[in-house]
Amino acid sequence: MNITVHYFAILRDRTRVDSEIVATGSVDPLGLWHELERRHGFGLDPIHFSVAINDEFSEWNHPLAEGDTVVFLPPVSGG
Amino acid sequence: MAMTDSVNFLLSTVNLDTSALQTLVRDPHCGGFASFEGWVRDHQEGREVLRLEYEAYPALCAKEGIRILMQAVEKFGVRKAAAVHRTGPLEIGGVAVWVGVTSAHRRECLEACEWIIDEIKVSLPVWKKEFFADGTHEWVRCDACARGHDHGDHAHSHHQA
Repeated sequence: MNITVHYFAILRDRTRVDSEIVATGSVDPLGLWHELERRHGFGLDPIHFSVAINDEFSEWNHPLAEGDTVVFLPPVSGG
Repeated sequence: MAMTDSVNFLLSTVNLDTSALQTLVRDPHCGGFASFEGWVRDHQEGREVLRLEYEAYPALCAKEGIRILMQAVEKFGVRKAAAVHRTGPLEIGGVAVWVGVTSAHRRECLEACEWIIDEIKVSLPVWKKEFFADGTHEWVRCDACARGHDHGDHAHSHHQA
């Protein structure tokens, strides 16, 4: 299935892209993270990150569906 | 349930005019107005900071910002609440975030204002990149994670600015 991944902050720096469409066999965001880790070499532990699917906070084991948009959120630092 | 027109959340790519922003929360029923401004400071943990950049996840910021403000209106019984966060480059002294709350009397708006900025700092999907005088730069909290990962140490704490 095809998943759109948007990158912010440190992940955008590491991947050097704002977003990409990934043809993946991963069934959930954690699997997708590890797949993209192999491709981009994030060098970061997902334990520090949150995940959003289709602009809503979600869970790392939430099932992915064709056309979903996924964002891995680094620890926030606003304010 | 609070009325949705009682809250306003915005991201801004331009400098904030904090006097003008008061119009977001002005209300003839209110005698109390509390605001908080977060300014860019010139140091972080002993290091000299030259400038900052903020990056936001706009779609989730809009939802999360409204959620925080609506929750504040219900929790503290204030009349109106608004918050604006900058994105893009900021110089020292620049206003990074503005929070404004109005209520009939002072106590509710003061408490709500503090609660809102605390919530923004822990849950709004915004990221700060600091540029230091020594020529280096860091995503606050993120680069510390990377180093912890490299050293196999996951027990470090996430400091708050």
